[in-house]
Parts: sequence; structure tokens; C-alpha cells
Amino acid sequence: MSRIKVKLKEQDLNKIQDICKAHGNEPGELINVLQQTQEHFGYLPAEVQEAVANELGLSVAKVYGVVTFYSFFTMIPQGEYPISICTGTACYVRGADNVLQEFKRQLGIEVGETTGDGKFSLNCLRCVGACGLAPVVLVGDKTYGRVAPDGVNDILSEYKDNKE
Amino acid sequence: MEQVQLTIDDKQVEVPQGTTIYKAAKQVGIDIPVLCYMNLEDIGVENKPGGCRVCSVEVEGRKNLAPACATEVFDGMVVKTHTMRVINARRTVVEFILSDHPKDCLTCKKSGNCELQDLAIRLGIREIPGQEYAEMSTYKTDYSPSIVRELDKCIMCRRCEKMCNDFQTVGALYAFNRGFNAAVAPAFEMDLQYSPCTYCGQCVAVCPTGALTEVDHSRDLIDAISDPNTTVIAQTAPAVRAALGEEFGYEPGTLVTGKMVSALRRLGFDYIFDTDFAADLTIVEEGTELLDRLSKYLEGDKEVKLPMLTSCCPAWVRFIEHHFPEMKDVPSSARSPQQMFGSVAKTYFAEQINKKREDVVVVSIMPCLAKKYESQREEFKVEDNPDVDFSVTTRELAHLIKEANFHLKDMEDEDFDRPMGESTGAGVMFGTTGGVIEAATRTAYEMYTGNSLDEHIVFEQLRGFEAIRKATVDFNGTQINIGIAHGLGNARKLLEDIKEGKSEFHAIEIMACPGGCIGGGGQPLHHNDTSILKARQQAIYREDENKPIRKSHENPEIKKLYEEYLGKPMGEKAHHLLHTRYFDLSRKIEIE
Repeated sequence: MSRIKVKLKEQDLNKIQDICKAHGNEPGELINVLQQTQEHFGYLPAEVQEAVANELGLSVAKVYGVVTFYSFFTMIPQGEYPISICTGTACYVRGADNVLQEFKRQLGIEVGETTGDGKFSLNCLRCVGACGLAPVVLVGDKTYGRVAPDGVNDILSEYKDNKE
Repeated sequence: MEQVQLTIDDKQVEVPQGTTIYKAAKQVGIDIPVLCYMNLEDIGVENKPGGCRVCSVEVEGRKNLAPACATEVFDGMVVKTHTMRVINARRTVVEFILSDHPKDCLTCKKSGNCELQDLAIRLGIREIPGQEYAEMSTYKTDYSPSIVRELDKCIMCRRCEKMCNDFQTVGALYAFNRGFNAAVAPAFEMDLQYSPCTYCGQCVAVCPTGALTEVDHSRDLIDAISDPNTTVIAQTAPAVRAALGEEFGYEPGTLVTGKMVSALRRLGFDYIFDTDFAADLTIVEEGTELLDRLSKYLEGDKEVKLPMLTSCCPAWVRFIEHHFPEMKDVPSSARSPQQMFGSVAKTYFAEQINKKREDVVVVSIMPCLAKKYESQREEFKVEDNPDVDFSVTTRELAHLIKEANFHLKDMEDEDFDRPMGESTGAGVMFGTTGGVIEAATRTAYEMYTGNSLDEHIVFEQLRGFEAIRKATVDFNGTQINIGIAHGLGNARKLLEDIKEGKSEFHAIEIMACPGGCIGGGGQPLHHNDTSILKARQQAIYREDENKPIRKSHENPEIKKLYEEYLGKPMGEKAHHLLHTRYFDLSRKIEIE
């Protein structure tokens, strides 16, 4: 019979409240609110969705429904270096899938997951508008063009070394 | 409104602008099959996501097929509902839906009562091409105290979502994920018992497949009956007698009280009692409490909580605990009739028959799914022994009767046992919206004014089917304002008013289900025909009329119960056995 509690840090709750307020606490603004919230937190954990629902006067079930419907939203924390592999038509026909398989193999994770050390996360996206460079890989904001499976190791080691 | 003319399958139809093809076709007797579409006309709920495409029809001049449920007619429209193209498309759609649907129809709880199965039969589907490519979802079955969710069987019609969010404003269920993995669930796919679900069961009442069903206690019940050492007592809720007949081919609205008693006796129950008896008891307690609050208020006590809210409906109680915890001291503290019954049966009656509490099993037959949950609430147990051991639904009882090779139509009319089978017309009114407050008014009026109501026992102003009803009853110069709501969304409106101090009412009756208990989640399925609920309501009114005694406080066995055992209404013993308290179950966001 006990109450279910949801815990959030004060500054995080304040941030969510600010974002919601900026959208007039309108339930119809849910997607925009979630987008900005994810931009801030990097992902949308359950507590954050609870708080958003509370502020906008929506059921948490509905917020969760929207988060799971759009592939843009994620409930998994992104790595320090988010890796995005373009699987748009041009990249795909030039071997993006092989590149993706190599990333999965080297990182030991599936698409949508984050490595145990929190360093890398792996995602696919559709067309970054650089088809001339296909296949394209993004790490954070940095773009890599004409990536082949045997170039994956070089890309990853750039970031592994970075930290040390 | 402007009328438009159209042709459907060579038939001329004239309908108001804005009508859908589906409704226009219905008007000329053309029954276009639907699956996700649901129209509960009498309670103003329409679900038309246009998602399943089973109702596809051909519209002349339109390239693609149109969903009849969601396409509005226009003047001169020509619609064809059974061309080869339409039939092929419809079959393909159903084959696709079946491709990732479990094929366990033989053992599925919904078998024989499943709208998807009916559709497959109607379209003559004999094979399901493409099922080797379909991905079966792998969600685990979720058992809550009242409701079982088998998400593999969800076809994403979203009818449950409509009821849960729009009608009940509970917000426990919502569609999540996409493609083969799409289904309807609480947030984060948590188990229903941790969600704000009230167990009203309206999702179960509208689910076309076996995705949402009730927790089945009929095996436990047979076990108990078969055990020679236990005394098994049945109590039957008012609304059951007005609906059970439907499962045996009777017209909706047929009362089968006597046959039901007879069937229960032959099933092997030791005592067949009536929840109506406990409803009378509830009225005496709740009526006394209302008068107590009223007189304090009239004497100028500003602390007293008015309006008083009824507390018989466990889904309603859980709603207030989840959504309005700050108002948890507003409802009457009186337990529901089911729980009052259990409490009295395992004390007063157990003593009379010289049985120990542990050797008595109380089974309630309810139109309700929330009653299953209510019976398991900790505060209704004594040393882990619940006052009500099992609660089974009208549907489960119908199955038990059929399983035992009985047919209701062959049963003689028999009467309930005494003492706890004695009841009044007021007690049976608990089965319909407005009934509890009408019963309470009969008693409170006589207690307050000292006058007899015999000439004007019926309070027409409290009756009916409108979502929210308001009435004023003259208590000899004191005007008592009464509010009634059925459906939790409607209740919410009244609660918001109370919260803002705008409520003009002294007493409010709330029932969670459409039409009250007659439309409960455990009743025979109405398959979107809400006129059935209205027929059941009329049956309840007839049962009241047929009763020789129609005021709860005149029930002779209730009087005896107070004289011999309880003492005074709201007295110490009554308080201990017949009253309860409510809890804050809301989700709170806390700062770490």
C-alpha cells in the first residue's frame, strides 16, 4: 500500500519545470518538451518522464507511449562519444551495413546500446546529406567519410586515446 | 443540419452531413464489419482510430479504399461494401492481424466471445499466409489482483486506451512501441498493480480479444465447495441478477434472481445469501453518517466534510486514493456492501452456526473486477484471513453453471437463505447509477424528518442515465442537494469542483462504470451495444418495485442484527466491523 516514489535531483527537476513552462505547460507541446529535455539530459530516463507528465498534466503512460514511438527518443544514456552510422540509401549501397557490423563487433553492443564504460553509444540514422562521402559515420559532431570496416579501429582508437 | 444523399450498395440513404459511411450504412441495414471501431453511444464514447482497416469500402472516384468508420459521407457519394476488391482487402487485413496473433483459440479465455475470432469466422479465413514472417511479441503475461494482460493478443485497437484515458481519466494504459511490438501497457511496461489502475475493468469490458481478461477464481471456488470441512457462503451483488440471464439466451433486462439462487444451491454452496442485505446495512451506516455530518454542518461546524461521497465502489475508492489523495477523508467511511457482508458473515453469522472463522469461506458473485482487488486489501483481513475469500464475476458464474451441466432456463425460482438473504428494494438499487443515493435518501429522509415516505418512495429526479445528474430533495424545508456521476471522468469533474470549493452538493454518489454496476467489468460483454445497460437498469428498477419492503432501515434482519449484535449504527462495534479508512497511493516526485 505504500506510495510509489520517484526521486529527482533538485536542479534536474527545476530544469524540467523551466522547459515545460517555456512551452506554457501545454500537453500539446509534449514532443517539443521531450526533445528539449533529451537535449539537456542526453536521454529520457523514467524519472524525467514522470516529471514531464506531472508538469504537463498528462499520464506517464502517454509520455512513455510517445517516447517509445519515436526512434529519436531514447531511454538509454548516450555514451560520451555517440556514434551514428548513416544507413540511408547511398551509404547503405556503399557498404554501411558492413561498417555497422564492425562497430557492433568491436564495441560488443547492439544498435541503441551504450558500452559498459559509458564511452560509446551506437545508433543508426538516415542520411546526413553528405552522400558524396558515403558511407558516413558521425562521432559526436565530427564526420568521417568513405568509412570501410577496416577503418573502424582507427576511428575508435582516436577516442580511446583521447581520454588517457 | 444539412442532409446529404448517397448510395451504398445500390441503396439510397439520406443522412446529416458529417455522418460516417459506417453509420449511414447501418441506417439501411448494411452491417460493415469493424474491429478497432467502438461506439458506446449512451455514454458518448467513440473510438475510431481508423487503424485496423477491416471496415474498408470502395468509394467511387477515390483511388484507395476508405475506412467506413472514419470517412465522412458527401452528397452524391457512391459506396460499395462487398466488391471483390473490398473483400480481398478485408481478408488480407484480417490475415495480417492473425499472422502475429497467438493461435491458442481452443484454450483462450475469450474463445466464443472474441470479436477477432468472430471476424475470422465471418470472413471464412482458413489459412494465414505470411505467418512465418510475422514476429510474435514476447511480453510476459501480467497478473494483477483483478486483471490479466496478455499483450501477445493485443491487436492495437486502442479501445482500452480510450476507456482508461478519455472515459475514466485514469491514464493507466497507453499504446507504446511500434510495429510487431506495439501494444497497450502502463508506463515503462510496469505491472498493472504498480500503475494508477483502479481495476474498474472497463478495458476488459471493451477488449475485442483475449488481451485483457479477468483473474479467474472459479477453480478456487470449486476447491472450497468440494472441501467437506468448510462452510461456503455465497453473496450475490444486485447487478448480477439483471445480467446473468444474457449468458443463457435471455433478453437483456431479464431478471433471473430466483433461478440464480437455485443454480448456486445446486452448485453446492452451503448458504446462498444476498449482497443486497449488506447494501441495506451500508445504507443504515452511510445514512447515519450523512445525517451526522449534515446536522453538524447545519449547526455551523465548518470542519465537517461535505459533500459526503459514497464509498461502495472499490474502483472509485482507488481512484481517489491515486488521483485525489488530499480528499481521502471526504468519502463515507462505510465499507462497501461486499466487505460489510464478509465482515458480518465471518463474525455474527459464523457464531450463529458455531463455526470458526477459518472454516467459513465467503464467495462474492460480482459484476465487478475491482471487487477482486478490494477483497484482497490488507485492511479487510483478520490475521491474514480475508473477510471475503474469493470474488467471482457474473461471467465466471455463468461458466460454472454451464460446466456443472445446468441450464438456467430449467431452474426453478428459489429464495435466498436467511438471515443474510433478506433484503429490500433499496438494497437492490445499488446495482445502478443513482441507486445508492436513492436508497440512502429514502432512509435519511425518514430518519431526518420522522415522516413516512410510503406514498413517494421513488425519487425520479435521481434516476436516469445522464453522465452527471443533479437533484434537490426537500427534507421538510431543508433542501438537500444531491449529485450523481457514473464514469470516473465524470466523477473527476465533481471532485475538481469540491477541491475548488465550488460544490453545491451535500451528498454525491459515484460509480466507476457506465450505468453503475450493471455496466461493470465482470458483466456479460455488451459488445458495444449500450442499450443492454439501459435494459439492465430497468430490470433493477423492476426488482425494487417487486420488493415488499423498499427501505433499508425496515429490513427486519438488519434490525435484528443491530439488536442482537452490532448495537447502534456508527457505534463502536459497527465502526470496527463496518467502517474503513483510505490511503494515499499517489505517485509523488521527491527531491533526492
